[in-house]
Amino acid sequence: MKRKDFIQLSAMGLGALVLPNFSAFGTPVDPSRFLNDGLDVKIKKQLADVALNTARSKGATYADVRIGRYLNQFVVTREARVQNIANAESFGVGIRVIANGCWGFAATNVVTKEAIAKAAERAVAVAKANSRVTTTPVQLAPQKGYGEVSWKTPIVQNAFTIPVKDKVDLLLNVNSIAMTGGANFVNSAILAINEQKYFASTDGSYIDQDIHRLFPTFTVTKIDRGSGKFETRKSLSSPVGMGYEYLTPTADNKVGGIVTRYKDRYDMLEDVKNATADVDQKLKAKSVEPGKYDLVLDPSHLWLTIHESVAHPTELDRVLGYEANYAGTSFLTLDKWKSRNFQFGSKLVNVVADKLQPGSLGAVGYDDEGVQCGKWDLIKDGVLVNYQAIRDQAHIIGLDHSQGCCYAQSWSDVQFQRMPNVSLQPGKEKLSVDDLIKNVEKGIYIIGDGSFSIDQQRYNFQFGGQTFYEIKNGKIAGMLKDVAYQANTQEFWNSCTAIADKSDYRLGGAFNDGKGQPGQSNAVSHGSSTTRFNGVNVINTARKI
Amino acid sequence: MPILTKEAAQALLKKVLAYSKADECEVTLFGGDSGNVRYARNEVSTSGANSRNMLVVNSAFGKKLGTATINEFDDASLEKVVRRAEELARLAPENPEYMPILGPQQFVEPSAQYNENTAAVDPAYRADAVAKSLAITKQNKLVAAGYLENNVAFSAIMNSKGLFAYNSSTNINFSITVRSEDGTGSGYASKSYNDVRKLDAGKETSIAAQKASGSRGAKAIEPGKYTVILEPAASIVLIEQLIGNMDARSAEEGRSFLSKAGGKTKLGDKLMDDQVTIYSDPWHPDMPTAYWNNDGRPQEKTTWIDKGVVKNMYYSRYWAQKDNVKAIPSPDAFIMEGGTASLEELIKSTEKGILVTRLWYIRPVDPQTLLFTGLTRDGTFYIENGVIKHPVKNFRFNESPVIMLNNVEALGRPERAVSGESNQSAILPPMKLRDFTFTSLSDAI
Repeated sequence: MKRKDFIQLSAMGLGALVLPNFSAFGTPVDPSRFLNDGLDVKIKKQLADVALNTARSKGATYADVRIGRYLNQFVVTREARVQNIANAESFGVGIRVIANGCWGFAATNVVTKEAIAKAAERAVAVAKANSRVTTTPVQLAPQKGYGEVSWKTPIVQNAFTIPVKDKVDLLLNVNSIAMTGGANFVNSAILAINEQKYFASTDGSYIDQDIHRLFPTFTVTKIDRGSGKFETRKSLSSPVGMGYEYLTPTADNKVGGIVTRYKDRYDMLEDVKNATADVDQKLKAKSVEPGKYDLVLDPSHLWLTIHESVAHPTELDRVLGYEANYAGTSFLTLDKWKSRNFQFGSKLVNVVADKLQPGSLGAVGYDDEGVQCGKWDLIKDGVLVNYQAIRDQAHIIGLDHSQGCCYAQSWSDVQFQRMPNVSLQPGKEKLSVDDLIKNVEKGIYIIGDGSFSIDQQRYNFQFGGQTFYEIKNGKIAGMLKDVAYQANTQEFWNSCTAIADKSDYRLGGAFNDGKGQPGQSNAVSHGSSTTRFNGVNVINTARKI
Repeated sequence: MPILTKEAAQALLKKVLAYSKADECEVTLFGGDSGNVRYARNEVSTSGANSRNMLVVNSAFGKKLGTATINEFDDASLEKVVRRAEELARLAPENPEYMPILGPQQFVEPSAQYNENTAAVDPAYRADAVAKSLAITKQNKLVAAGYLENNVAFSAIMNSKGLFAYNSSTNINFSITVRSEDGTGSGYASKSYNDVRKLDAGKETSIAAQKASGSRGAKAIEPGKYTVILEPAASIVLIEQLIGNMDARSAEEGRSFLSKAGGKTKLGDKLMDDQVTIYSDPWHPDMPTAYWNNDGRPQEKTTWIDKGVVKNMYYSRYWAQKDNVKAIPSPDAFIMEGGTASLEELIKSTEKGILVTRLWYIRPVDPQTLLFTGLTRDGTFYIENGVIKHPVKNFRFNESPVIMLNNVEALGRPERAVSGESNQSAILPPMKLRDFTFTSLSDAI
């Protein structure tokens, strides 16, 4: 994930809240305008054809065009105050071409036939300039044109139709519960996103998509005035590929246990009450004794470990070296994949890539280069079996088709390989969280995501969390603090000894998966059931300054 | 719309303000052109060009504020955006923290951020720079991945109380990672300048190439506390976190490394070694920055850490008024003082230590102590008796910049560096520090 988001937020006094990468060039607008339809699809087709025809006439052998309307709304509050209500709209066109065997890209926010033709010309000129220093021409996997098709996130209630007042009331209610419960500070926010994307290419596809995402979140802070120490607890919500229905929970959506966690729907008012109690306990918790522990990781925590240590190293662009100067490369090199016997994890570990999973952030009908999306295995019975590829990489791993992993964060950014939803499959045998814990002699049960860092080839990582519970002889023995675990990715996944069954399966995720130069954000979900890892190194993070 | 001159921006903003019916109105105009080229595997991968402008209108009725922006500049659009901001202001709840807009400010002359040569950079220049870089890596049988980005930008602010300021700037950013063909060595170099003539993509590529070759065959040594020499491109990612967390409000609220028990702060306390002085200066010749901040406050030369003592924190205008202190804005960039020694001289004076080229994936672990974790990357070397003995495997560290700047052995000659994490520039010295905490080994190269 991107660190930049945290820096911006700390300036806003939002602590560890995670905001997506809202475009600085988004246009705040009246909320009612969000409900207007964008351009008629017929007009979009005409504009797209201008881009494609101009590019071809200037010498492009391939071209695609994305006409994008990106709507963001965020309501941000702290304690009894609304800090910001912003509605942003960003509208424009991005054109990508191949000329002389080389990629070129140009974008414009002027959506007229003339401006689009000019941008197409610029894209071809950029490609031709770069072709002077290119020796290997781009090789695209074949892709059939789909004609005129469309796809829409299957939402129940469009978040943009909910009055801003209702969102403000909910958040101020959340804050009031925290403050009444003894918190010193509380920050909360609701973020809603709608990507209206029209894609067309010289392959003969005209794809209209309407994508919705939502993220309600808060952070509760409590300070022990005597010692000057402070602790926080973040919400156990997740960003989702859903409408406002995410905030309408029923009893079926609640996972009981040491603290209530949530599946498919989220109860913000209940969670903030629990968070306020947790932060109290965190202040009084015992500082962890460093050493080896068996870790029992809740899906609200494990999603981030999956994201960093499984999803990133299986990105083919990293494996090939395209990210060497920034995000890094990958230890999952092609020879390991070719061997068909590289034991990434224990035999229990099955990981799938899935661009279709309902409710997930990565779910779309077609990717940003017009490829219909699907689902495939990455890790099968612990062995590395596949990567995540796009059209110009497919031939490198012997595929005759793209896996549909191309994405751009906006019309003004060039699309490139981004991860799909990558999820750990639940255990096949019936197994509950209690069953996982009862066999642990010395362990830590971790809920919620916290600090995270991993090296540029994805070997060595360190993760924190929101709450940590000591497990002693099969029983929870109280809360711990100052916990972080460090491991080598392959050793860690090979230490996986038990995975709860599908009844415990839940999704986590992020709006701000970062990669690329200039940097771009991708929204992605990761699912799992509670999972146990044996003998992991835990450090104590307390320091004195 | 091209880059606007001061006069053109002033005329446009006057026209916008003339539409205002609000109690207070403040308008900001900014925009720019940028171009980039990215390469990897010794080939160009993606590249692009972008041109964007934006007008932001803030309208207020009493303490009710509305904001609207637009990127169309005909008269009807300008009036529409003002009306929209006013509509939102009428709908908004009263913000108890709203501060009346500033009147005209006494600004010092703009700094020399704009350079004609950088403004003239085109796709052909970028392709030539890549060609120069690739010639070196191909000749040495090494593999390059790099990124070159240039931009020219302007911004202007005007309000209904008569405040006006204008700024223009150019920048060029280059970074390169060179790896050996077998992936056993990796080196990095990066530079950022306002003036493109200072950039030598070939020279930077050669530095990265030397590190790539020199870092092959790295040996594992035990993690633990070591004397380290951090090159500026390494230390910048931790020091920028220190400066980025010097907000007065967080400190007074009790949730910052500058907080003390009982609601007090560490302002005036000595937190670091005597050798540590950090300031900001918009007119620094090697790193000019904007002379006003985004709410129209003048940026001034400001000392943040003076010989280890916390000298200033930064304030929002609201919080400064509440505290009845000067509303010092947060800086755009920082400068850390140093000595006269070169990096080579620092190495020469080191009996046992580790030279770090770059730190990577920096994330907060504990905001209370400003503890961060991350890893070394792209060239880490063991020093013994004043010479580099051999490359070492990369480490994960857990360290606080506060602790680190308490353990200063020596500071070298400051230079402009660019952060691989934030892409922001700073001027800071190579630094020799004792007891830097490495907590585990990484196999990453």
